Amino acid sequence: MLEILHYKFMQYAILASILGGVSCSIIGVFVVTMEIPFLGVTMAHAAFAGGIFGLLLGINPLISAFMLCLLSSLLIGPIADKAEFNPDTSIGIIFSIMMGVAFLGLAMIPGPKTEALSLIWGSILTISKIDIILMTIVCSITILLVVLFFKEIQAVIFHREVAASVGIPERWIYYGLLFLSGAIVTTNLNTVGGLLIFSLLINPAAAAYQLTYNLRTMFILSGCFGVLSCFLGLFFSYIFNVPSGAVIIITSSVIFALTLLLSPKRKVKKVGQINESNG
Amino acid sequence: MPYIVDIRNVTVSYRENVALHNVSLSVEEGELVAIAGPNGAGKTTLLTVINGLGKLLSGVVKVFGIEVNQRNINQLRKAIGYVPQKLNIDPRMPITVREVVMIGRYGKIGLLRKANDNDKKAVDDVIDSVGIRHLLHRPIGHLSGGELQKVHMARALAQEPKILLLDEPTANLDLSAQKSILELIEKIHWQKQLTTFVVMHELTHLPQNCGRMILMKNAKIVFQGETQKALSENILSEVYDCPVKLLKTDNGVIVRALTNA
Repeated sequence: MLEILHYKFMQYAILASILGGVSCSIIGVFVVTMEIPFLGVTMAHAAFAGGIFGLLLGINPLISAFMLCLLSSLLIGPIADKAEFNPDTSIGIIFSIMMGVAFLGLAMIPGPKTEALSLIWGSILTISKIDIILMTIVCSITILLVVLFFKEIQAVIFHREVAASVGIPERWIYYGLLFLSGAIVTTNLNTVGGLLIFSLLINPAAAAYQLTYNLRTMFILSGCFGVLSCFLGLFFSYIFNVPSGAVIIITSSVIFALTLLLSPKRKVKKVGQINESNG
Repeated sequence: MPYIVDIRNVTVSYRENVALHNVSLSVEEGELVAIAGPNGAGKTTLLTVINGLGKLLSGVVKVFGIEVNQRNINQLRKAIGYVPQKLNIDPRMPITVREVVMIGRYGKIGLLRKANDNDKKAVDDVIDSVGIRHLLHRPIGHLSGGELQKVHMARALAQEPKILLLDEPTANLDLSAQKSILELIEKIHWQKQLTTFVVMHELTHLPQNCGRMILMKNAKIVFQGETQKALSENILSEVYDCPVKLLKTDNGVIVRALTNA
């Protein structure tokens, strides 16, 4: 069983599961607390559309995916603020554009579309050294930025208007977090794939949200759940010989379900306790 | 004496609605100013042009003698405390009361720096002065309306502001909470020698020592002057477009709108 760990592809897969799990679930805290869950799926579609056009134009799909993803993340915030929309509306607009662009590109690819479709599903077992380096850079930058700007991020998560009113450069922080989420989605395309990354952004953070009223603890728990989802998902994927992306998502969903059941936030005082506290 | 807030011919428009139309207002340091008027009169917008959250279509706003613009606004906001109208907060929000009060210090602390002992002491002092020590470790989403309002005032005071902007601080509160918040506003205004602007809907609950009153209607200031003069049946009836009756008591004035006979 442990022999498998000697293979390079498995070592890369384990590294990728740790890096991807941490970065996705950390930015997921922002996505869940700011109530913009569709940010993940929109970024995934932008990355997918970029990847397809990369294949069409004969350039590295990861680079083109990165460019379109970052462009989308740069547009979402200013569109919402300028048009005074709810951010979800702005995200929906970008999502529909990216979906249209992706399908257009998909139709333009001649012959079998295997390579393009692999961007949707991903495969953690086929990633390269370059992918690992890129994921390490993005994961390190994510952790560094969250640590350095924790208090500003906390203020923005609490309330954007309040954050602005105390003199924090709230727009830079908010747009920066959107931009970072774009970078994270793109670098994780090859692990869980463009579509399933949505769950990895939401589930670990939503699970952590069930367990704590402390933002620092939420970031740490979310990171742990993200790594655990990827790690267990990878293990089961190898054992049962099934697609890794799908198993990672199912694992993260099971973790969420367990935290929902155990959440102290759902506990309601019993009548006896109420009578006791009322003396 | 230079004005601490000087608003000159300001017009603000949100989409097709004019929120402020050619409004001018000058306020001296240490004044307690009440702003009242019907819904949609532009009261909140008048507050937000002072801290730069409201975007000007034309005109000039000077705060502390400095013209407010996008380059200096973050710096100026550090000395302007702001308590917005009721904020919707997720009951599961992973932030405690103490952390919310500390947010008031974040602008002053600056980027890439941590809160030091002075910041922690400033937060502790304001927590005691507002009387919310028993709430410190509670999640912010678990508070009642009155408790939440006190926390927001503490957060604004933690900034050690020179100007305090309060937008309907007693809205949706029960009688006891209204009384407690009003007493707190008066206490901190005098204690900390602030210049305070309070948007009020309930004229009966005006702070006792409120020196100046501004009445707004249709995006304009229609009256500004002493509070005693503003509290006139004729003026208020005209501002609110309905007959208004004033009942004078030992503790102040009760303002009642009468049905159109």
